[in-house]
Amino acid sequence: MTTVDDAAARSPLRKKQRAPGAREETRAAWIFLFPAGLLLLLFLVLPFVLAIVFSFTNHRLISPLATRFVGLDNYLDTFTDPLFWKSLWNNARYAIAVVPVQTVFALFLAVLINQRIRGRVVFRTIFFTPVTVVMAAAAVIWVLLFNANGLVNATLELVTFGNFAPDWLNDTTWAMAAVIIVGIWQGVGFQMVILLAALQDVPAELYEAASIDGASRWDQFLHVTLPGIRNALVFVITITSILAMRLFDQPWIMPTSPGGPLDSTRTMMVHMVDVGYSRQAIGRGSAVAVIFFVIVLTITLAQRRFIREEGEL
Amino acid sequence: MTTKVSRNARRAEGASSAVRTSPVWRWVLYALMTALAVFFLFPLVYMLSSSFKPDEAVLANSDSFEALLPRPFIGFENYADAIERAQFPRIFLNSVVISGFIVGLGLIVNSLFGYALARLRFRGRRVLIAVVIALIIIPFEALAVPLLFMGAEVGWLDTYQIQILPFVANPLYIFLFYTFFLSIPKSLEEAARIDGAGPITVFAKVAAPLAKPAYATVAILGFLFSWGQLLWPTMVTRGVDVRPLPVGIGVFKTTPPIAWGDIMAYTVMMTLPILIIFLIFQRQFIQGVASSGVKG
Repeated sequence: MTTVDDAAARSPLRKKQRAPGAREETRAAWIFLFPAGLLLLLFLVLPFVLAIVFSFTNHRLISPLATRFVGLDNYLDTFTDPLFWKSLWNNARYAIAVVPVQTVFALFLAVLINQRIRGRVVFRTIFFTPVTVVMAAAAVIWVLLFNANGLVNATLELVTFGNFAPDWLNDTTWAMAAVIIVGIWQGVGFQMVILLAALQDVPAELYEAASIDGASRWDQFLHVTLPGIRNALVFVITITSILAMRLFDQPWIMPTSPGGPLDSTRTMMVHMVDVGYSRQAIGRGSAVAVIFFVIVLTITLAQRRFIREEGEL
Repeated sequence: MTTKVSRNARRAEGASSAVRTSPVWRWVLYALMTALAVFFLFPLVYMLSSSFKPDEAVLANSDSFEALLPRPFIGFENYADAIERAQFPRIFLNSVVISGFIVGLGLIVNSLFGYALARLRFRGRRVLIAVVIALIIIPFEALAVPLLFMGAEVGWLDTYQIQILPFVANPLYIFLFYTFFLSIPKSLEEAARIDGAGPITVFAKVAAPLAKPAYATVAILGFLFSWGQLLWPTMVTRGVDVRPLPVGIGVFKTTPPIAWGDIMAYTVMMTLPILIIFLIFQRQFIQGVASSGVKG
């Protein structure tokens, strides 16, 4: 397959014109590309290929038995394992709550910060601060706050006159809610900043034109702001969905045992670590990894479609 | 013309919303934002005050707003305990070494790769750009199990390199550098070329200094993500020797009478350095995060 460019480069005339620079440039390109290229091959492409290969074998981390090809057994085992479905359902529960709530909350914060008032930089800094707190640390702090006699319940008892005070992390219904709250507390600032940047890029003339036309603030928000930040919103929704699939730190740290109580916070990643690392079944763990990748890929492709649609309009 | 002037004036004030604010609305805003600030800050205040209390008092106090005050105050006892029990200096150093190498090496190799994609002519450049964009989609977690196997095969478990090398080259950071180098004008580089400088000199002396904002963004994002990693070090470290901070908390969870004061002291020591760095460089942090969203 010869492209026009290649043909041109090979023609003697062209060669004469750019020979000294071009050869040096190609050599430089190789030098520039080599270090990262090698690392990407070794630590991204190779393990990715291995994940797919292993997922069709019975490979174990340390085993005297020879590895052999087992076809779709790992996938069948995974899909017939109720624990896998429970994990996937927990990711879904987390996503269903976090994606809309965190996106709307982030947008709300971004709109607040975008108002013309003094001290907005201070509030922006405060709202962003939890992002800089390591999730493992945040999870431990909230374990104490969600204690049956902790500060969260003390506040709730005050507000509900003692009618609502669950034992969050030991309750199969409420443990996931606690995980969700910590996720939002720690992560919303990140989304807020991305949306804030998008808000500030909406041209001020559009608002002026809308207010001359007599549009109310709410109308302006619906018809100027939202369309103006559409791509940023799609990006935020996508990244939040993907992060929901990758959920690991809080369910690993917060419950008394990882993924507990009674697997009510067990996620795909907790499941994968349990199978692939704790039980050292590399083949089955790889199958979970491949399924996880397909889910993430689907979410990403869905995002691309939304963004392209807007470009075509 | 007038609208343009007034808009520029408004921009200069640092405000970008076109909505006018009335006094009543302003007070509503402040009340709302203060309430939100309390929501975001009280866990950190709680952490800090608990770190100065006896272990029993941390839980006993937590059903009232006493929880947010450092009473009874025992000074830095918990900190001394936490430093000893978790071998904190060692673990902290591990985190610094791991994050430092990931960020430092990453800045070099990713910017070189991004620059080559943006500026140098070579065969297969377009294909390579598409490959990099496709690789961004692969989340690290999907690679963890086979990487664990690879690490075990070459005897790299419980080492620094297994925690560093997989994270140095990063297609997202390559892409950020690539788009940044595309956005800066070529003229300076071309002038240097005419003066006889080779591509490596042009990159090191002209392009890289112009790309400081991109370096800052990638450094900050890389640091945020590497400093907090839990899943991977949990899988590849067993002892305390090379273990980073987020895994180190586990030391406190194993023994039955949980020393909450010590744990809170540990989390303070783990959070404070990055918090201070954030407060110093907060504009760069926020710009860095914002530019991570400007893609696609």
